[in-house]
Amino acid sequence: MNPLELARAQPGPAFTVTLDGREIEALPGQTIAAALWAAGVTSWRTTRGEGRPRGVFCGIGVCFDCLVTVNDRPNQRACLLPVQPGDAIRTQEGTGHED
Amino acid sequence: MRTELAVVGAGPAGLAASLAAAARGVHVTLIDAAEDAGGQFYRQPAAGLGARRPRALHHQWRTWERLRDGLAASSTVRHLTGHHVWCVERNSASSGASGRSERSAAFGVHALLGRFQDEPVTVHADAVLLATGGYEKVLPFPGWTLPGVVTAGGAQAMLKGGLVVPGRTAVVAGTGPLLLPVATGLAAAGVQVAALVESADPKGLVRRLPALAAKLPEAAGYASRLLRHRVPFMAGHTVVEAHGEDRLEAVTVAALDPAGRVRPGTGRRIPCDTLAVGHGMLPHTDLAETLGCRVDGVNVQVDDEQRTDVPGVWAAGETTGIGGAALALAEGHIAGRSIAARLQGTAPDPREWAAAASSRTRLRQFFAAVDSVCAPPAHWTEQVTDDTVVCRCEEVRAGTVREAVHGLGAGDLRTVKLLTRAGMGWCQGRVCGPAVAGLAGCDLTPTRRPFARPVPLGVLARTDHPAEADHTTEEGPS
Repeated sequence: MNPLELARAQPGPAFTVTLDGREIEALPGQTIAAALWAAGVTSWRTTRGEGRPRGVFCGIGVCFDCLVTVNDRPNQRACLLPVQPGDAIRTQEGTGHED
Repeated sequence: MRTELAVVGAGPAGLAASLAAAARGVHVTLIDAAEDAGGQFYRQPAAGLGARRPRALHHQWRTWERLRDGLAASSTVRHLTGHHVWCVERNSASSGASGRSERSAAFGVHALLGRFQDEPVTVHADAVLLATGGYEKVLPFPGWTLPGVVTAGGAQAMLKGGLVVPGRTAVVAGTGPLLLPVATGLAAAGVQVAALVESADPKGLVRRLPALAAKLPEAAGYASRLLRHRVPFMAGHTVVEAHGEDRLEAVTVAALDPAGRVRPGTGRRIPCDTLAVGHGMLPHTDLAETLGCRVDGVNVQVDDEQRTDVPGVWAAGETTGIGGAALALAEGHIAGRSIAARLQGTAPDPREWAAAASSRTRLRQFFAAVDSVCAPPAHWTEQVTDDTVVCRCEEVRAGTVREAVHGLGAGDLRTVKLLTRAGMGWCQGRVCGPAVAGLAGCDLTPTRRPFARPVPLGVLARTDHPAEADHTTEEGPS
């Protein structure tokens, strides 16, 4: 059993987005965070001070741990932002404004 | 855009209030950040995922169907999705709740919409109901910042909304009634749940059995599901450390003594790639605080009609005190009826909502009993080593907080923040607040946050707030 089977999901056609240039598949309606989890990715940010990896923590937009850069816009909450075809997702380093 | 009643939050409380008020002729605008109604408890899989059996992820599904169908059938509730409310403003020269259409609206509800939440919109309302819900409290322990460590509610939200799980093998840990559905939900979705670790003392549970008896059938249902999925239940235990370099690899779980101290030598390492952890819930009170509503402890104070002490502002659900979806429904229903009467300039008759009021009393007593049993271990701070990060945003370690408290005399959250930056980051202390309070030995007091979420400077710079909801929401977020 997986979550899609549990809910008897018949998702719309999968589409491609990129994470740091690598192509991954996403399903319509998923958030950026859900698409990354489905692709087996659990961290996509490094912290400002110590460069430590982070990903989803609260999952509902409160903690800001899942910040990510999407289409050159840094500091997006991956757990809230719906994924769209062609999105260029990038691991965010620090503030996301330094590169 | 102009409405009689603005309801902020489309969870159980907001939905129940909207339907109760609308049934009595009130024009309601229901405002929520999500794309679908339901809030956290009834969070729905995204439409694009085509879930034909969403109820497999839920409890009390029939109640949800009633709320959902009521909303769909209502012609007087306008549901604004994708609206992230950042501030509710009291307009000057208006007293609230008595305003009819010829007067200026008493309140401006400011929201952001669009995919990147950068388009401003304001809804003007005569009355406001705050049904903003709650979020999970997590106390720190060594390793809790590792990827793979998520809140229990977060794991559930990602499962319900995105039909995804964070890994293959999970430990679910902490304390409180949320852990049961999270553990059984993850197990049903194919995750091997290696342990459900509840810090509450099983003897405490037994002592409070009379007060908790009403929920025993529900608890028995969870127990049978845990058994079916072969999830070991470890009561009176706690996670003392999460291990891994750049990702969670294992946790150490240890037994607690009756005083809430870890028993030396009882540590046991459990390999896992996911830790779903939570220590209870906290109410969202930012909007209420900005409005000047009285907040007692961490809860918005309301009277028997669910009115706050600010005229024209009602509150219902978790924001008035954590108590679960059924309590939120009762409070929302009462609030909706009260608002309908007050907007028509009459005093409501409480006998009309006697059933909801008695549910409310019973459920508040029940959750008081739950709270007395499901408290974090009394001596949890002893497990927080000096090099444990406490403030996740600003990466402030426990040793730094302790130095501020014991070396520099900080005795409250604000002073600790000014000395250490703990609570000064992106989340504005929502996550680390309980931890800092525990380390400082002070009460958790609400932090005044004028804005409930980050707002682009360009939005703040617009003094005229020209974007009215009527002009911008018909096409929905781009």
